[in-house]
Amino acid sequence: MSIGIVQAAYISAAILFILALGGLSGQESAKRAVWYGIVGMAVAVGATVFGPGMGHLWLVIIGFAVAAVVGWQVAMRVQMTEMPQLVAALHSFVGLAAVLIGYNADLELARVQGLDEAAKAALTGFGAVLAHKEAVEIAILRVEVFLGVFIGAVTFTGSIIAFGKLAGKVDGKAKKLPGGHLLNAAAAIGSVVLGVMYFNDAGIWTLILMTVLAFFIGYHLIMGIGGADMPVVVSMLNSYSGWAAAAIGFTLGNDLLIVTGALVGSSGAILSYIMCKAMNRSFISVILGGFGATTGPAMEIAGEQIAIDAEGVAAALNDADSIIIIPGYGMAVAQAQQSVSELTKRLRAKGKTVRFAIHPVAGRLPGHMNVLLAEAKVPYDIVLEMDEINEDFPTTDVAIVIGSNDIVNPAAQEDPNSPIAGMPVLECWKAKQVFVSKRGQGTGYSGIENPLFYKENTRMFYGDAKKSLDALLPMIA
Amino acid sequence: MKIGAPKEIFQGENRVAMTPDSALQLQKLGHQCFVEKGAGLAAGLSDAAYEAAGVTVVKSAADLFKSVDVVAKVRPPELAEAKRLTKDHTLISFFYPAQNKDLLEACNKQGATVIAMDMVPRISRAQKMDALSSMANIAGYRAVIEAGNNFGRFFTGQVTAAGKVPPAKVLVIGAGVAGLAAIGTATSLGAVVHAFDVRPEVAEQIESMGANFVFLEFEATQDGAATGGYAAPSSPEFREKQLAKFRELAPEMDIVISTALIPGRDAPKLWLADMVAMMKPGSVVIDLAAERGGNCDLTVPDQKVVSPNGVTIIGYTDFPSRMAAQSSTLYSTNIRHMMTDLTPKKDGVIHHNMDDDVIRGATVIHAGAITFPPPPPKIAAIAAAKPKEKAKELTAEEKRALETAAFRAQTRSQVMLLALGTVLMMLVGAYAPAAFMAHLIVFALSCFVGFQVIWKVSHSLHTPLMAITNAISGIIVLGALLQMGSNNWLVVILAAISVLIASINIVGGFLVTRRMLAMFQKS
Repeated sequence: MSIGIVQAAYISAAILFILALGGLSGQESAKRAVWYGIVGMAVAVGATVFGPGMGHLWLVIIGFAVAAVVGWQVAMRVQMTEMPQLVAALHSFVGLAAVLIGYNADLELARVQGLDEAAKAALTGFGAVLAHKEAVEIAILRVEVFLGVFIGAVTFTGSIIAFGKLAGKVDGKAKKLPGGHLLNAAAAIGSVVLGVMYFNDAGIWTLILMTVLAFFIGYHLIMGIGGADMPVVVSMLNSYSGWAAAAIGFTLGNDLLIVTGALVGSSGAILSYIMCKAMNRSFISVILGGFGATTGPAMEIAGEQIAIDAEGVAAALNDADSIIIIPGYGMAVAQAQQSVSELTKRLRAKGKTVRFAIHPVAGRLPGHMNVLLAEAKVPYDIVLEMDEINEDFPTTDVAIVIGSNDIVNPAAQEDPNSPIAGMPVLECWKAKQVFVSKRGQGTGYSGIENPLFYKENTRMFYGDAKKSLDALLPMIA
Repeated sequence: MKIGAPKEIFQGENRVAMTPDSALQLQKLGHQCFVEKGAGLAAGLSDAAYEAAGVTVVKSAADLFKSVDVVAKVRPPELAEAKRLTKDHTLISFFYPAQNKDLLEACNKQGATVIAMDMVPRISRAQKMDALSSMANIAGYRAVIEAGNNFGRFFTGQVTAAGKVPPAKVLVIGAGVAGLAAIGTATSLGAVVHAFDVRPEVAEQIESMGANFVFLEFEATQDGAATGGYAAPSSPEFREKQLAKFRELAPEMDIVISTALIPGRDAPKLWLADMVAMMKPGSVVIDLAAERGGNCDLTVPDQKVVSPNGVTIIGYTDFPSRMAAQSSTLYSTNIRHMMTDLTPKKDGVIHHNMDDDVIRGATVIHAGAITFPPPPPKIAAIAAAKPKEKAKELTAEEKRALETAAFRAQTRSQVMLLALGTVLMMLVGAYAPAAFMAHLIVFALSCFVGFQVIWKVSHSLHTPLMAITNAISGIIVLGALLQMGSNNWLVVILAAISVLIASINIVGGFLVTRRMLAMFQKS
């Protein structure tokens, strides 16, 4: 295949990727969109493999074969509740690949520069591209390599820590080494210094040392961010992996990499923005970790949490006409989505209006709850966003909160001193009755009290969400 | 103690302060009950019924006053009745001490204790003895019935074979207890009801009864809670606006029921002669404030008059008395609750506790001294109204102005960003080689396309979006593939590892996305 045909293939691949992302605007078109993505990828990889400059084809084939098996296994085995950690883990792969490819570019550059003119002319593929570069271009190349490796390295360790936190292997609480963000800043400055040295031909050791510093930044940055902010972190890492790919694309002079990297990068950036907005926090404050300092004492909460048993909840549900269910991370932890779905089915069979209210940051991944409910076969047309359903709470008989806390905290509206003041929340307390399925009396991820639990129309339905709901099911008939 | 109810001597008064039912309850408190012969007849309660309930029927008022300690009445006593009181007597009745200064003096001279039912403070605990409210409730109901009696059409709209009947339009002025009762009655008869009140916080109550609140745009509206839930006099400017609104409504309204009263003052004139003139012939005005001068210019107390243009104006002051059976039941129950509070031990002994807010408030003469007016109650009647947070309704022009301003600001920021971006790009372009610039164009355009496309992604598909972007970020495999052709073994090995992990990403990402999307289904 000539280089022209390869380029043509890249154009169609790029268009297919854009269509793949655009198709996600609706559930039905999304199913087709995935195929666009797959075909685009196949076209791009096929064109590259059979294009000029390839070598060691057998190694490539082995790599593909192993990857296919591993990828298949992972994708089929993963539980839908484990989706956040899977996504985080996959991000780390892209980061690592970017680091390795960046190294390679530097190694190749060194090798090509060492060759004489005749040997240069004989080069093909990436080597040929390098050989034809002028001094200015080499300089730019170095900057690109440096950026690609840096972003890739941060993504790599960051994603591993995010994976660890989401999988429960690393403590989810925000943790910082003494020195806090000063350490990050120092490492960043060190990286820049090393970058300048690398730019001035100091050798590959600067690149490696910089990688180590970047690894540290990724690790320390994500360690300092609490579990509740994970949706932002995951989409941020998603964005980084895209920028890393784009930087590598610049290094290699490959437009398809640049296009795809930019698409992924902007997608992740927009998702992070949406998540931050949903929590009423700036991106910077999420990245810097922890909640902002409060400006005064928290509002006193009067009253007590009143418990209720399954019979009480069942009686209220049997009497209710309209019900809104608010799932949160607790539902994912308890794997209660099937029970929730069954409950929904039974209530709907009795002619009751059952709807789901999804807060943008419910769960640990953007759209996490939607996927879980879809897995449990809850029809997507009764699953509504916060803005669509928030006004309907006053006319609702029963609101059931399953494993969510901060996203239904009235303090966000009522207490200007609350750390989450101003964050948009689901106003479930306006419903006639609220049941909260919760394991115990503890606070949410942000560690603040929730006055909802003390409201007069709130009843606490203690216990593991799945067990509670299973106890409830036989009574709804 | 002995409690007795005399026959009301006021002309046309049909109510009675004790019914056989309330007598039974009073006896449970340890009291003996007496009633004057024929006292309940006008309310449909025979002497035999009283006797059956264990009430002693006494021949004359004079005998009754002699034989009892507590006299329960409806109307304030006439002077003749007041003369019969002694210092051992306690009188419980409507009294209106502010208007009846002479009567107050006269009773004080006799040395009797007087509890005025109209002075019961408006706090939650005292609602069960709030006789003003129970009478107002009846008045409101009766006002609508009286209006219907004088109105020649249906209340409800109907489409019949014999033609279409429009619904009656009713305006209720003043949404106190009587006003709200009138609204409820009129709406349940099927009329279209509008209601007005100077206290904006009652809008919710009005709407809850099924009427439309006549909204008056005025800045400094008063807070009714500050005056114990009653209306206060309004400023001249406010009054002008109010009258203008009424003039606007007058031609449309079939029935006007006015209940506007300000405590301790003459009724405000709200329905002026010109408004009556604007109304259609056959329309009806019911003035519940007639006793205090009336809200309508043409009102004649206790009479039904017809205006030159055929509008009936009813100024009856005895609506509760016109429903004597109902009002006697409610009033006697209020009295009974008052007695319950006065005999806390239920042993038939009255303990006049002047520290009790309710009893203190209602007592106007006690222990030979006038105790009116009472000090303000310790408990605020109603929680102070919260300042309205409702955003001001914007007029069309203001909205348009705001929109244009927002649009301008947006344009400005966009132009600024574009200019800044262009300058930045030019700076880069001045130094960078052509090949780099070609890539930069691609990069910038892709970012732009990405932003455009991703904003349209459905919220519920954010997780699949992450998975698919994750899969296509595996495109980095191309970089590794391009490096596989190298002759350097280290490069090849690193590239091979990259191919492997990037491919896992691709395969895993796409498969997981497909799995997720397959789960989304419609109901």
